[in-house]
Amino acid sequence: MSEHVIRLPDVGEGVAEAELVEWHVKVGDLVREDSLLGAVMTDKATVEIPSPVEGEVVWLGAEVGDVVAVGSEIVRLKVAGEDSAAADIERSSPVVAAVEAQALPQPVVKAPASKVEAPAPDGPPRPVSQDRVAKPTSPLSRGAPRPEGERPLASPAVRLRARETGVDLRQVPGTGPGGRITHDDLDAFFARGPSDSRTPALQARTEVEDIKIVGLRRRIAEKMSVAHARIPHITYVEEIDVTAVEELRATLNRQKRQEQPKLTLLPFLMRAMVQAVAEQPHLNALFDDEAGVLHQHAGVHIGIATQTPSGLMVPVVRHVEALDLWACAAEVARVAEASRTGMAARDELTGSTITITSLGPMGGVVTTPIINHPEVAIVGVNKIMVRPVWDGSAFAPRKMMNMSSSFDHRVVDGWDAAVFVQRLKALLEAPALIFIKG
Amino acid sequence: MKEISCTLLVIGAGPGGYTCAIRAGQLGVDTVIVEAKKPGGTCLNIGCIPSKALIHAANEFRTIAEIATGGSRLGIAVGRPELDLSKAVAWKDGIVARLTSGVSGLLKRSKVKIVEGWARFRDGKTVEVETELGLQVIRFEQVVIATGSEPVDLPFLPFGGPIISSTGALELKEVPGSLVVVGAGYIGLELGTAFAKIGSAVTVVEAQAHILPHYDVELTRPVAKRLGELGIAVLTGARVKGPGPDGGLSIEAADGTTRRLAADRILVTVGRKPFTQGWGLDQIDLEMEGPFIRIDDRCRTSMRGVYAIGDVTGEPMLAHRAMAQGEMVAEIVAGHKRAWDRVSIPAVCFTDPEIVTAGLSPEDAKVAGHDVKVGLFPFQASGRAMTLERGDGFIRIVARADNHVLLGIQGVGAGVAELSASFSLALEMGARLEDVAETVHAHPTLSEGILEAALKALARPIHV
Repeated sequence: MSEHVIRLPDVGEGVAEAELVEWHVKVGDLVREDSLLGAVMTDKATVEIPSPVEGEVVWLGAEVGDVVAVGSEIVRLKVAGEDSAAADIERSSPVVAAVEAQALPQPVVKAPASKVEAPAPDGPPRPVSQDRVAKPTSPLSRGAPRPEGERPLASPAVRLRARETGVDLRQVPGTGPGGRITHDDLDAFFARGPSDSRTPALQARTEVEDIKIVGLRRRIAEKMSVAHARIPHITYVEEIDVTAVEELRATLNRQKRQEQPKLTLLPFLMRAMVQAVAEQPHLNALFDDEAGVLHQHAGVHIGIATQTPSGLMVPVVRHVEALDLWACAAEVARVAEASRTGMAARDELTGSTITITSLGPMGGVVTTPIINHPEVAIVGVNKIMVRPVWDGSAFAPRKMMNMSSSFDHRVVDGWDAAVFVQRLKALLEAPALIFIKG
Repeated sequence: MKEISCTLLVIGAGPGGYTCAIRAGQLGVDTVIVEAKKPGGTCLNIGCIPSKALIHAANEFRTIAEIATGGSRLGIAVGRPELDLSKAVAWKDGIVARLTSGVSGLLKRSKVKIVEGWARFRDGKTVEVETELGLQVIRFEQVVIATGSEPVDLPFLPFGGPIISSTGALELKEVPGSLVVVGAGYIGLELGTAFAKIGSAVTVVEAQAHILPHYDVELTRPVAKRLGELGIAVLTGARVKGPGPDGGLSIEAADGTTRRLAADRILVTVGRKPFTQGWGLDQIDLEMEGPFIRIDDRCRTSMRGVYAIGDVTGEPMLAHRAMAQGEMVAEIVAGHKRAWDRVSIPAVCFTDPEIVTAGLSPEDAKVAGHDVKVGLFPFQASGRAMTLERGDGFIRIVARADNHVLLGIQGVGAGVAELSASFSLALEMGARLEDVAETVHAHPTLSEGILEAALKALARPIHV
């Protein structure tokens, strides 16, 4: 037997380190050649690590969430081989001693599992329950847990008492034979429940679950911290009458050709933003505050904040200034879908110069968007609602939408922010202006 | 007539309805019960009780007749017995009358108002009852529909003349010379066996491949054997084509040939259907489940304040299920917290020998995904069975292989109906095989079979 060491491979993109996001194996597992050992995450790309050989896992060099340098040892496998002398020598080395210390807890963990009451196929079950009664145990550890969906075993009188006191018997551990719930079990349940036993269905819960923030969630957390800590935000909210643009949108959707995508409000807003930043180019920019330079971009690359199963992502529609309304719609649909399914390429997830955030029908009345650092502006759209609007002589039902936008106050004055939003408002309220050049 | 208002109205005074009303009355609920016929429903008047009376009379007659033919091993000799069926029926009617008046007395004692007549829903809070004295309107806060069920007839064999339902069979004043029973369910076999014992030439026609199709073949085999001994012809896999040209019955036998069966009477027992017509179900538009009224675990229908219990709510159509539901609903109406959580509803066939089932059969248990242990004790090995001259039948116990909790107990044998209580009690208490095995069973009784079956499942039987 000998040991095979696996190091974190060069995962490309010139990265020097990667975050371990997943282990598929644990110490003691047997792995085949090419079976997956784990996964690391670099700048938004996840790379899986296969095993190059067959063997038994004896050591894992990182925990989920650790950042590991390329080239460092991450897994050691015990593999078949004749070099037993070398293995003996290695075993005496301090590194391997640590390995064994890690491997030791394994049988200890297994021991309680074998204690589960399960009679041998052809013999009577061992009187486990009598042991339990004889030895005083803490109330919480009494009784075997009941498999999910299994009907609790209890006599009619116990069931009736539970029903009358509002106890869900599924929550009561049974100490009787076969997990049967006895009157004593109910008494114990009342005794340790909330003091008011008349409402035992409501219980204080004191457990705390620790969830490691890893992978994409950690990246989101880091980005949000940077954006919120470094950028003094100014948020400006304005109300927009979207009746006209909604009518136009509905008309276009009715008349669209089959292959054309269904229009949402987003493409209209994107085209309006192209016009608005043409007049205020310093809003379509990246601010390098350490160098004290504002990189003002001619191309408008709009990030679209998108909820995915693993968390918030911001896929990018590039060069919106060169896309018409339909192309905008198609691109938004494409990149959003790609990021939801995890198929987005790296350049589809980076390089935005300004961002839109929209929660659709969940948009609420007002939001306080966080700027996508190092950009300087983010436009947030809220929910569209029909509201009565005074048109000078009467109240008219109008489709109204709030727009909540945040700006980097270091480089954008409140006045500039207001001008920008008012320009967007003018364009969206008279949408023909969006399509008229000059 | 002056309107009546009440908290709880029960429609139908069968076992479910009257139990519900009595319990509600005991709990102080202002209760009215409506019944068009006599209290007691199908069970007391034309079902369980009268059929058991007839079966008892037939058993007594048969025992004496067997002794009279010189076949007794007990050294008893008697002359040929004779049966005056009209007297037996009158005796049976006496029992029924005593029980129905008993139910009326219990209802009154619980301060339940009885309205005699035909109820019909006007809406979800009102019924009108056609009584002898005119139309009685009853307003209620909550209502229990307990309208029961009625025999299914075959379109080509409508009840009338020689074609009778179980109700008609229980009223015969003379023993028919030949009787064809259509349908080998428990009702047909119980009555067919009784008439065979009192002298009818009985033929049973069943469309399915074996008798008592709802039971497993192992359980029904002793019954099939006994039917043969009693001279009852059983034609399984046979289809009834219609009445024969001159009074009999024309059938297509399992082999495809058409046969004519002579029959003075044709008893049609092909099942029962819920009674959902003629009382205004359409006025309240309840959600249905097939032909039955849909109920939840508290017997609530889709309409608030409207409960349904018993046969009108589905299988198993058994009086004791209706009674348990009725009691539960009364307690719910009285403000108690109750829900249906029964583990088993035992069922008894008063065939010869009797069959009792509670819980799951071995096959059902496997279908439900359980690994099972099965123990079977044959009465051949029971001293008590020998002294009763009946060694046929067995007790069978079904338990989970992993924790030995009982899933079902079944029995077939003369007199096993009385064992049903320990079957269902064991299941309801969540007993394991060891619980039964460690319980002392009195000797010599048939009930020792339960102990022995449990020991057998534990692979340590004593007597087999």
